[in-house]
Amino acid sequence: MIELRDVTKRLGTRQILEGMTFAVPKGMNYVLMGPSGTGKSVTLRHVIGILKPDQGSVQVDGQEVPAMDREQLMALRRRMGYLFQNGALINWLSVEQNVALPLEEHSKLGKGEVRDRVHEVLRMVGLQQAAEQFPPSISGGMKLRAGLARALVTQPEYVLYDEPNAGLDPIISHQIHQLIAEVRDRLGVTGLLVTHSRACATECGDRIGIIEKGKIAIEGTVEEMIASDHPLAKAFLGGGSD
Amino acid sequence: MNPFSFTGTALRSRIDSAGFVVDLLVRTVTSLPYLGRRRRFALDMAFNAGVRALPVTMIVAAFAGAILAMQTGIELRRFGDTGVLGTITALSMCREMGPFITGVILAATVGSSMAAEVGTMKVSDEISALEVMSVDPVNYLVLPRVVALAIMCPTLTALSNLVGIFGGSIIAQQNLGVSQSRFWMSAQDALTSSAMLLPKELYVGLFKALIFGIAISVVSCAAGLRATGGALGVGLAVQTAVRNSVLLIIVLGFIVTWFFYFLE
Repeated sequence: MIELRDVTKRLGTRQILEGMTFAVPKGMNYVLMGPSGTGKSVTLRHVIGILKPDQGSVQVDGQEVPAMDREQLMALRRRMGYLFQNGALINWLSVEQNVALPLEEHSKLGKGEVRDRVHEVLRMVGLQQAAEQFPPSISGGMKLRAGLARALVTQPEYVLYDEPNAGLDPIISHQIHQLIAEVRDRLGVTGLLVTHSRACATECGDRIGIIEKGKIAIEGTVEEMIASDHPLAKAFLGGGSD
Repeated sequence: MNPFSFTGTALRSRIDSAGFVVDLLVRTVTSLPYLGRRRRFALDMAFNAGVRALPVTMIVAAFAGAILAMQTGIELRRFGDTGVLGTITALSMCREMGPFITGVILAATVGSSMAAEVGTMKVSDEISALEVMSVDPVNYLVLPRVVALAIMCPTLTALSNLVGIFGGSIIAQQNLGVSQSRFWMSAQDALTSSAMLLPKELYVGLFKALIFGIAISVVSCAAGLRATGGALGVGLAVQTAVRNSVLLIIVLGFIVTWFFYFLE
């Protein structure tokens, strides 16, 4: 379980988070929505320990992330996957090498086992044909799917998705949403998603929290949020949004 | 803006940067046990750095040696002592000019590209991606680059020395009437006078080159790792890398010379 309690964070002169509190139960996809610059990605970076809060608590499975030393943090990160907005693939490695990277660095698997595992996840995200290609020569959607494969290859318990459909057309977006839902249903992975997209939130989310002024302003299940009269819920999940 | 506040902010930023570079150097040294794992990448980088810098370094070294012989030859001719031209050219190239030329060219060609590569990775979240995969960017990215330049800077310096002396010998023969054999004999005498296997004039120069190679790569990677804000940030990182590398080459060159020739 991921749990944030009263987290505050100031970056430069801007107060980004101010009392951010929410919990993501195991096996669920929790969607964070909100206007740009309200601290959605900053929240994800707290969960994986790239940023430390000024105040408040960030816990994963009861362990306080900001209090972890380097070794504990590395151990936590091995149990987590992170999908960046643009995939953040290493440019000089092929898609296959990118996906194999976390296994080659940390697992004791042999070369053949790594290759099998990599091709298994590439097949799952529909990228087995692009295994030999390099990031500059593939599309944005393929980069995201490769990023997702890299996040999943270590069989993580948690995956954090930072705008998984940013800049993608509706068809590719829909495929990505299906993949994220499949990861939860088939592999039992707990997900924390950041998105602006109504389709993404409703197709992959179990619970939705909308951020305003650095904290969760309204939260509920997908159905509750769609039915809500709250202006933020209407703005992000109303019929005309997306 | 208050001038005291401005000076304080500027000073603090410089101290921050210097601290980051020193910290990166220490972390790189403590990452040395990973070298076996990064060996292939380091050798690839060394090969690329050598290939990229070799033509320019050789051209500049040849002309630097020629200019050195020309300038000193003009004065020596007045005293009728052009026979020591080989000694002067060889000592100047091996002690100072060879490492300096190689260092500056490596900073401009390889250091700048290191800062650009690492900076682009930083602003496009690739460094964060490595961190969240528990891959330490220092041993994955910085260590192979530092090892590559620590190998290539002395290697290119040795070649620069040779080509520079050769350039001087051409000028000595063509313009100052010193025969090739006399020039090279004089150069050889100067470099082997101490009867050591590796003469001091050579090893001090090569040691300087080693220090320059490490300094250029650490400073360039540090500039890249501190890049922020997209293409503009990467451009600034490249500028910072080249400026700081050249500054360090001059300062470290002075310190090493002082240490070996005046602290005895």
